[in-house]
Amino acid sequence: MSKLETDPALQAAEALAEPPTLVVPAHESLWRVFLAQFVSSKLAVFGFILLLACVVLAVFAPWIAPQNPFDIGTLDIMDSKMPPGSTNMDGTITYWLGTDGQARDIFSAILYGLRISLFVGFVSVSVAFLIGAAVGLVSAYFGGRIDALLMRIVDIQLSFPSILVALILLAVLGKGIDKVIYALIAVQWAYFARAARGAAIVERNREYVEAARCMSLSWHRILWRHVFPNCIPPLMVIATIDLAHAIALEATLSFLGVGVPVTEPSLGMLISNGFEFLMSGNYWISFFPGIALALVVIAINLVGDHLRDILNPRNEI
Amino acid sequence: MLSAIVRRLLQTLLVVLVMSALVFAGLYLVGDPVLMLASPEATDAERELVRQSLGLDLPLWQQYFIFLGKAIHLDFGNSFLTGESAMRLILERMPATLELATLAMFLSLAIGVPLGVYAGLRPNSVGARGIMTGSVLGFSLPNFWVGLMLIMLFAVMLGWLPAGGRGPVESYGPLDLSVFNWEGLKSLLLPACTIATAKCALIIRVTRAATRECLPQDYIKFARAKGLREQRVLGIHLLKNILIPIVTIGGLEYGQVFAFAVVTETVFSWPGMGKLLIDSIITLDRPVVVAYLMLTVVFLATLNLLVDIAYTVLDPRVRLEAPA
Amino acid sequence: MSEYATFSGRAESSASSAARGSGPAQVVGGDHGAAGLSPSDLLLDLCGLRTWFHTRDGVVKAVDGVSLQVRAGEILGLVGESGSGKSITGFSLMNLVEYPGRIQAERMWFNGRDLRELTAQEYRQLRGRDMAMIFQDPMMTLNPVLRVDTQMVEAIRAHERVSRKAARDRAIQVLGMVGIPSPEERLLVYPHHLSGGMRQRIAIAIALLNSPRLIIADEPTTALDVTIQGQILYEVQKLCREMGTALIWITHDLAIVSGLADRLAVMYAGRIVETGSTVDIIGAAQHPYTQGLISSIPSVHTRGQALFQIPGSTPSLLNLPTGCPFRARCYRATEQCATDPVLEEAAPAQWVSCWHKGVQA
Repeated sequence: MSKLETDPALQAAEALAEPPTLVVPAHESLWRVFLAQFVSSKLAVFGFILLLACVVLAVFAPWIAPQNPFDIGTLDIMDSKMPPGSTNMDGTITYWLGTDGQARDIFSAILYGLRISLFVGFVSVSVAFLIGAAVGLVSAYFGGRIDALLMRIVDIQLSFPSILVALILLAVLGKGIDKVIYALIAVQWAYFARAARGAAIVERNREYVEAARCMSLSWHRILWRHVFPNCIPPLMVIATIDLAHAIALEATLSFLGVGVPVTEPSLGMLISNGFEFLMSGNYWISFFPGIALALVVIAINLVGDHLRDILNPRNEI
Repeated sequence: MLSAIVRRLLQTLLVVLVMSALVFAGLYLVGDPVLMLASPEATDAERELVRQSLGLDLPLWQQYFIFLGKAIHLDFGNSFLTGESAMRLILERMPATLELATLAMFLSLAIGVPLGVYAGLRPNSVGARGIMTGSVLGFSLPNFWVGLMLIMLFAVMLGWLPAGGRGPVESYGPLDLSVFNWEGLKSLLLPACTIATAKCALIIRVTRAATRECLPQDYIKFARAKGLREQRVLGIHLLKNILIPIVTIGGLEYGQVFAFAVVTETVFSWPGMGKLLIDSIITLDRPVVVAYLMLTVVFLATLNLLVDIAYTVLDPRVRLEAPA
Repeated sequence: MSEYATFSGRAESSASSAARGSGPAQVVGGDHGAAGLSPSDLLLDLCGLRTWFHTRDGVVKAVDGVSLQVRAGEILGLVGESGSGKSITGFSLMNLVEYPGRIQAERMWFNGRDLRELTAQEYRQLRGRDMAMIFQDPMMTLNPVLRVDTQMVEAIRAHERVSRKAARDRAIQVLGMVGIPSPEERLLVYPHHLSGGMRQRIAIAIALLNSPRLIIADEPTTALDVTIQGQILYEVQKLCREMGTALIWITHDLAIVSGLADRLAVMYAGRIVETGSTVDIIGAAQHPYTQGLISSIPSVHTRGQALFQIPGSTPSLLNLPTGCPFRARCYRATEQCATDPVLEEAAPAQWVSCWHKGVQA
């Protein structure tokens, strides 16, 4: 990382030289600067490419997967629990990653599972982002009792671990992808709310907000058009990291049996299905979906970690 | 200081009360337990009887006050499922979770602090970068996945450690622990490492951040200017300063681990409180869940207070309460 | 474990600076015999100090050819603006410059020893015992989580094997010397209970604990109230005279140091531009920069007139122009100034680095 490190000698050197301004030629936009800083970390770029690959695989799963594992008609029960690399009877399909107890091709199952996992993750994070940001911005802008009340609610929610809140909600709501998404939204909005409020409180005191108020702009216009864009950087950091959490949380819930239904298994469900076969040596049924899950989560975290370095350099933890 | 502690205790009590109301109200919405308990063919009249016997037909606020009254005596009713006292169920399983959580946090600190300090001292070295990348992995990988991988490696492939369950226990006063005998320790190791993976990563990051913040400070340079040995500069001047965030965050994480080790206990079939909790939630065994949450709230609030007190001890600049 | 800069001077011969490339040759004649001071008279004999920071954006020449001589018991004022490299000079002497800085010097003798030849362990023993330092910001100099007595006793016990009680007694004695009331009680408190002036006094006391031969004070009063400044200046001067300790007082405030120091050295952009006795420099400054500094001080005589300013601003140490670094702001600059001026003796015991040196008309 360039100038933002706190190397003591660098600090000393910087203190001696003129305050180094980020050298941005006049025609460079902030976007370009951001991109330049982003690609400075090879790990982050690697993570991003990995993530992109996962998304592509997920989106084009029906065309890439050699088999639709959830169309029971295509399954041949004789092929169950076959180790990786084996082929089926007529040699039409190679089970690169083996099959599970119901003769489903693990590779195809992973691709379809990726779809569910990523879909649930993206949707829940997006909605939680909007809700949380709205609550946080309003809370910061109006301050006073509204702020106190809203933030108390946020604090109370945040004091419970997300898994617990999700568990209880799902116990109430029952099974189903949409229920899982609701539960994830309910768990995540609080993080966004708190971050948005923090950022908005800083922005609230800036002059451009005062200027906007002087021009008698309505509060929602000020919030949406002026304050919100400036709060996006820290929120983006939280969004990426939260995406990884959401995917991991959904996987955990599915593993525990309260998440997505068996008919539309996510990666977590696949892992759960394979758990019982672990001891008898058919490791691949859990292992490969596990690797896929780990890769997705790692990719998102690598990107998010570097984003945090760029957008939020003071928040080191 | 004493008056501050008393004030904090009262605040804690208030928080506990509010939480109790929330927990109670929240769980009231959790389905109708009668449907689970009575057999599916029961008639409405029979269901009504069950309802009455459990006191579920009274208005909500009355139920709440009865609940509070009993709660003071630590009587949270009996499990819908087993009929045992909810409190007793939880306390029976507490030692198992206690030793798991304690060993996990101990491992996290013992490994995490030295690694974090190293990463902070030499941030650009290969080792430090490796540690940081490892820490990203550590807390991003889902808990159950780590547990699964550990089982696969150490239990299935290598066969060194058991894949689940708790080892033989011995009595140590009121607690039955398994950590102090070899077999018990072997069973404890994998689940503790599973939890420790994520917590260790967190501790590494906290320690590294604290080290990087403290190292360029004037007082470190001044300590060197006094001609102190580097061991003393790092071991006392630096360490005492970075202990503050480590202890606070470590303490709070310990509380989280102790109260909510649900996933790990499920993966390893560990007979602790967490497994009890999740089973109770799924079966809508309300008394147990309520009892558990209440105990947790009290425990966490007390832990918060203890951590705050520790903070004032470690950092002499800080008082227990912010000045009015 | 220390990451401190290693001396590259050790590996280099003290050959001519031409072998190293750019950088002004500081001393004409090559040794100080011409100044009438034999090396054995000097407590500190520093010649050609270069502390360069090899950063990703280039080499920051924080100190680029500094020569200082300090006799035993003498007070030297090192004057310069922010960014002139004066603090780094002090840190270089103490070997407290961190990576990516590297210290080089043609000659670096202190108390009869060649500092460039010292191992890290020997240097550590030197610090705090023979050469002590006082930092600029008293608020953060003392460790906030350790008691004052801990921090004082450890400074003594790092260098001598004495009992804790004996160390404490000496600490109490020295605290009394720097004018701290009830020193026994002060020892038991934490730093944040004390005011800035008190803390700085404690820092001074710590510096004096082992009776060093040289104290380097890096702007010690800059962060304090003006009234406290005066007190501390007076006390430091008194103590140094009493104990025979030499003092290098680093500051940007020429007015303060002119009442305190025996000799002055003026720094600009990492180099010494003028050095001589205080009387000579204040009365008859030869370098245009020094003249500018003196003229900038408001006094009774400048009352009612526009304040004088040296035009322009300090150059970036990353991209120093060739030749005299003051060229862009100097009213006497000519084409000749594109080559590095040489530090020459312009008057007895007064050395100036300028092609157009001379008293201001």
